[in-house]
Amino acid sequence: MTSAVTTAYPVTAPELSGAARGRRRNFGPWPWILPAGIGILFVFGYSLVDLLQQSFKYRGAWVGLDNFRLVVTDPLFQTAIFHNALLLFTVPILVALALLFAILLFETRRGMRFYQSAVFLPYLLPIPVVGVVFGQLLQLNGALNSGLRALGLQSFALDWLGDPNQALVTMSAIIIWKEVGFGTILILARLISLPTELLEAAQIDGAGFFKKHLKITLPQLRPVILFYAINEAIVMVSWVFNYVYVMTNGQGGPGDATMVSELYIYRSAFQNQAPELAAAAAVLLLISTLFFIVGFFKVQSRSQSGVLDE
Amino acid sequence: MSRGFHKTPIAKAGITARQLILILFAAMAVVPGYLMITASLKTQDDFLAHPWSIPMHPSLGGYKAAWNDQFPRWFTNSLIVTSASVGLTVAIAAIAAWGFAHWQWRGRESVLGVLVSLMVVPPVVLLIPLFQFGAKLGWISTFRILIMVYVGLMLPFSIYLLTNFFKAIPRSIIEAAQIDGASDLRTFRSIVLPLSGPPLITLTVVNLLWAWNELLLALVFLQSDEKKTLMVGITGFQNRYSLSIPTIMAGMTIATFPLLIAYLFGQRYFVAGLTSGAVKGE
Repeated sequence: MTSAVTTAYPVTAPELSGAARGRRRNFGPWPWILPAGIGILFVFGYSLVDLLQQSFKYRGAWVGLDNFRLVVTDPLFQTAIFHNALLLFTVPILVALALLFAILLFETRRGMRFYQSAVFLPYLLPIPVVGVVFGQLLQLNGALNSGLRALGLQSFALDWLGDPNQALVTMSAIIIWKEVGFGTILILARLISLPTELLEAAQIDGAGFFKKHLKITLPQLRPVILFYAINEAIVMVSWVFNYVYVMTNGQGGPGDATMVSELYIYRSAFQNQAPELAAAAAVLLLISTLFFIVGFFKVQSRSQSGVLDE
Repeated sequence: MSRGFHKTPIAKAGITARQLILILFAAMAVVPGYLMITASLKTQDDFLAHPWSIPMHPSLGGYKAAWNDQFPRWFTNSLIVTSASVGLTVAIAAIAAWGFAHWQWRGRESVLGVLVSLMVVPPVVLLIPLFQFGAKLGWISTFRILIMVYVGLMLPFSIYLLTNFFKAIPRSIIEAAQIDGASDLRTFRSIVLPLSGPPLITLTVVNLLWAWNELLLALVFLQSDEKKTLMVGITGFQNRYSLSIPTIMAGMTIATFPLLIAYLFGQRYFVAGLTSGAVKGE
């Protein structure tokens, strides 16, 4: 970086003298921040204030907490929230798998880049594409089941997305499949940047694979694991709309087996023409995410920037 | 990374076991992609008879059907929305990030903190007011409302990432330019931007992927058939072709193709972008 600077400086300096020198127009930071400020105030500020207002109104008239009462007592909303809560159980699984892959990749020299790209591939694919492809493969007579039957594993050939008792588990598995690559890359990036002396010393002392990583690697990975876990918790509570929408044709089915809060909000607002109820549900969703957002903020603000600037 | 000091049989077995786990998981990660691509090259009968085999007699029927449907239009729409919103976002964010990085103003850290929190506000929460706003202006099914919303949603992360980079530029360079009489604008254009190639590319790649893959907002804002983006299009597409899996899979392959290209060329930037949101450690 320094070399680029020393060459850039003499080149640009003479240019600056003429026009710029006479009229130094410096207005401070505000003109710079203004365009972004307008954009953010519109998309976030205006929306959040308007949403909050709507959640207390019905057809323009103030109704206090009525909308909230209706939403909270709606069995479908309760089901949706319950499903989001169940999805949170994928977070420890994601963390464990990502940790395992990252450490294995870190330890493997042969083919590391290939495996890395392979594990990362699902994270790159658009969720609608993932949803459509899995939706087709997991049909009762889809590719997966015909493969299982050919192997003589008939009893494992379930109705993955059509059985109400199975659908949410299948959905979780697909989400894990998609999201684990992100954690692997995050943790691997951190692992590579760790000082190696401690690990080498442990190795010389004869520490085995598990002892070495449990005692030395894991404690140093704590911040990045925490970041990933919070990030995924936010995903499970409020960013799973795409999966459900695509795989169930926007229904959250079979029945309400995969209904989640986002889909509930979407359907209340745009299919049932009840934006007030949707607004109340959205406020509740935001409040329940707030807990994780605060956690995200705390983890984030403890460090200046990411693993980016090496 | 030093390992394999003593290659005892147990250690070797351990290494083999690790390799096996990796192979297994790599296979699991790749298999749906394999099925997608192989199925796209088969005929329906061929796929139903041998879903797992390599296509022996590759057929482009699926691609023809998908391309003759509305794929070219959806593709163009996605291209317009994505390039406009990402271009605007990167430009606006770069300017704003300079406002954050160059001046020390009261409340700056708090505002940056708010930006971090906004990164994780779920879009579905903002959707209702934004939709009503768009409807009031008669802007539903126009690209401009979607582009506006995308820009707003991408700004917090973009500003955050660039501010951190700009802050790391040594002050001495900036001061040297300013002593020479460069205005703030001039300093930004001739010193800061030329130094910021990699983070700007990283940001562009990450935002491109986000905008290209976005479904919920596009679904709500672009309701007329001619305006649908690729992601909205393909979710309806599967219903119309439920009797031709090769056509569906061909469509999915087409939708993924630009991403694979972007990934192959910008893998480094992509990984950098994903990890840049994460903490550095203590």
